[in-house]
Amino acid sequence: MPITRREFVLGGLGAGVAGAAGLVLARQPGGSASAPRPSAQAGPAAATGAGKDGILVLLTLYGGNDGLNTVIPYEDGGYLGGRTALGYQPDQVLPLGDGLGLHPNLTQLKGMWDARRLAIVRGVGYPNPNRSHFRSMDIWQSAMPDDQVVTGWIGRWLDTTGADPLRAVSVGGSLPRIFGGEKAAGAAVPVGALTLPGGPAIRSAFAAVAQPSAGASPLAARVSQSGHDLLTVDDAIAHMLAGQAENDEAASGSTSLEGAGGANSLIPQLELVARLVKAGSPTRVYGVSLGGFDTHANEKETHARLLGDVDEAVGGFFRSLDGSTEGSRVALVAYSEFGRRVAANGSGGTDHGTAAPVFVAGARVKGGFYGDNPSLTDLDSGDLRFTTDFRSVYATLLEELIGIESKAALGGPFAPVPFL
Amino acid sequence: MVPADDPRSRIAHLFRRATFGARPEELDAAVAAGYEATVDKLVDLSVADAANLPAPTFTPPALPGQLPTDPEGRRQAQQAEQRANREEGRRLNQWWIDRMVLSTTPLRERLTLFWHDHFATSVQKVKEPELMFRQNEIFRARGAGSFEALAQAVAKDPAMLVWLDANENKKGRPNENFARELFELFLLGIGNYSEADVQEGARAFTGWQYRRQTGVFTLVAAQHDGDPKTVFGQTGRFGGEDVIRMAIAQPAGATYVASKLWSGFARPARADDPVVRELAAGFAKDLDVGALVRAVFLHPEFVAPASRTGLVKQPIEYVAGTLRALGLRAASLGANPAQTLESLGQQPFAPPSVGGWPQNGYWLTTSFALSRLRFASTVASKARLDAVASLPAADRPAAVARLLSVDGWSPSTAAGLATVADDPKALLTIALVAPEYVLA
Repeated sequence: MPITRREFVLGGLGAGVAGAAGLVLARQPGGSASAPRPSAQAGPAAATGAGKDGILVLLTLYGGNDGLNTVIPYEDGGYLGGRTALGYQPDQVLPLGDGLGLHPNLTQLKGMWDARRLAIVRGVGYPNPNRSHFRSMDIWQSAMPDDQVVTGWIGRWLDTTGADPLRAVSVGGSLPRIFGGEKAAGAAVPVGALTLPGGPAIRSAFAAVAQPSAGASPLAARVSQSGHDLLTVDDAIAHMLAGQAENDEAASGSTSLEGAGGANSLIPQLELVARLVKAGSPTRVYGVSLGGFDTHANEKETHARLLGDVDEAVGGFFRSLDGSTEGSRVALVAYSEFGRRVAANGSGGTDHGTAAPVFVAGARVKGGFYGDNPSLTDLDSGDLRFTTDFRSVYATLLEELIGIESKAALGGPFAPVPFL
Repeated sequence: MVPADDPRSRIAHLFRRATFGARPEELDAAVAAGYEATVDKLVDLSVADAANLPAPTFTPPALPGQLPTDPEGRRQAQQAEQRANREEGRRLNQWWIDRMVLSTTPLRERLTLFWHDHFATSVQKVKEPELMFRQNEIFRARGAGSFEALAQAVAKDPAMLVWLDANENKKGRPNENFARELFELFLLGIGNYSEADVQEGARAFTGWQYRRQTGVFTLVAAQHDGDPKTVFGQTGRFGGEDVIRMAIAQPAGATYVASKLWSGFARPARADDPVVRELAAGFAKDLDVGALVRAVFLHPEFVAPASRTGLVKQPIEYVAGTLRALGLRAASLGANPAQTLESLGQQPFAPPSVGGWPQNGYWLTTSFALSRLRFASTVASKARLDAVASLPAADRPAAVARLLSVDGWSPSTAAGLATVADDPKALLTIALVAPEYVLA
């Protein structure tokens, strides 16, 4: 699985719905209201146009994170009924209200929830859910469920913003489809040192070779472009991070469905992002990832470890941003290609499912629940029915954080979810 | 620059795709023999590999009952096993890279890589390098024969059984992991089976297990669901072998394999591509992979411009081909050559997922561009470049092109190379990251 899989190649672009809030589904932490209520007015950010200089950090959880063991409906009889050994008892979860509780290892996220800096959008998915890791991640990363589109939803934004490869930075060697546009692409930046080998002669010869030749084939031109972007990114990052402590952790993003095991690979990724944010990088979107969520067998221990890794890395990330002006612009969004089945399988694990919660955290985030929690009894072939389209989450991010219209980027209007 | 319609250019292209590139003297001989004769020689895998590197050896892991019973002793035993696995993994990587570098039947290694990508299995979950080696040997032994025989062998291969949770797939409690990936990624492609086929198909594979005690596949009768299943519209008391046979016989089966093979050796293409349909029609008759490979190389579109510029070298091809061209071996990359390949994005025996490695644009990120430059700098410092150094600086770029089996250099590349032609190692470094060499 995981797929990051898949080559990103190339696509088209958009813009769209103004920042009007449609239905406000928000609830306050600990609150018990459940029906969506109409919003009287758009939020202050939309009204003033301020706050559109946000920085988006996309955390992709590869493999299909088990949403029901992440935001746990511990009071619902349908939960433990299908997960006798795999489920968590009411006294084990970190209660959020509404009969929901966080996985016991998500203690730092619980702290952000209590500080109202964590939004949880429940039941996020899309129509006609696909249970293939690859196809479903393609759908999430392209934001085009009905077409085999090769561009990513951020890549299409990059196509409209000029050639600076630093506009979007993915940490790790490969570049997820999210960041691939028709003409432009984000930069892939390794966690370790970004030092070119050789002296000035090698560098200038490399720069010459990175000039595309007239009549070059598309792939040859992309080889040249990657070299050109490397030099741009190397110059900029070396300049920005000059004087900052070197981080020689050599871990990189894991897109593996099975995960690499061992050390928490998310920590060095988010440390690099924090350094770039605080250094004032012009980057508006960052990508980080953690793999290993494809828990078909013996899920409980593996999943608990992975969520602990997420909690530790994300908690540390926001602590390191505390007090920084740039850091206050950051919203981190955690998502996976699908959730997992309501009932455990016979192997102490769960098979591929559908809708799942999306987390949004940051200083500007309006904490609380958004979207209705899917029913555990009204199922579609054993799977949850989604209640919020993932493109509504993206619409909010594009409009309220990045500050562009979302309609064309997402292939249609999607009502924002007012977590920003 | 060798013109693209020159026989020398076409045969160099054939070698780049079918092998890990031709050395200058190999290319000279092949040009003398002609294109079709060269294809026939490359695809003749009845001959043994004269390089004949000794296979790596492995120590069997301790079985659960053999571990110490006290917690500390147990922990130490497990750590010792992890260390042993890492060391065995290093040797396994070194061995396979050297096989690719030295092989006298390089198409066999190239097909082994193709099937490793197709039936992608990772040591990260399988853990034991020996199991990855045994799977690799299946690809090597069966990779150019009957596709059905290959698929049946892989389905019972211990690494695959561990990888896709076979031991968890039991009567009354099916685990769909293997059946889904079998249809989606190994045999048919997405859209060519139903969710019901996955669920029913999974039942046919219940009881298929790998036992560490015996080290082989076992059908555990008590865990096998012998009741009737309905798969692809047929109902019967099917076992796993039946489901594999029935899937391959679906109209989409031959097309899927033909599209994968054409995409891997010529240029990316979908199942509805006319060339794929033509190749699939032939392949459907006998499912003979060797014949399909030969048909790919002899297809007029294989040497057409869209194919000539249609693939980026995968890092494993890039590294093995470079070592081969420069007379180096895996040890030139240090004690752990897999680290070099990991930094380039393609660590052998550790594909990113069961979907294998993406192609082309996937390799062209800023990060991988940096890794290529570092690799190039390393091998250039190890290579013996006396023959290049003995030439006047103006003649050196063409000599490096011949060494690397590329037709020549574009104006941009030539301009860059000219600035470092006085330093053969710098010249080689830059040549190795030029688009002409990075493309396959």
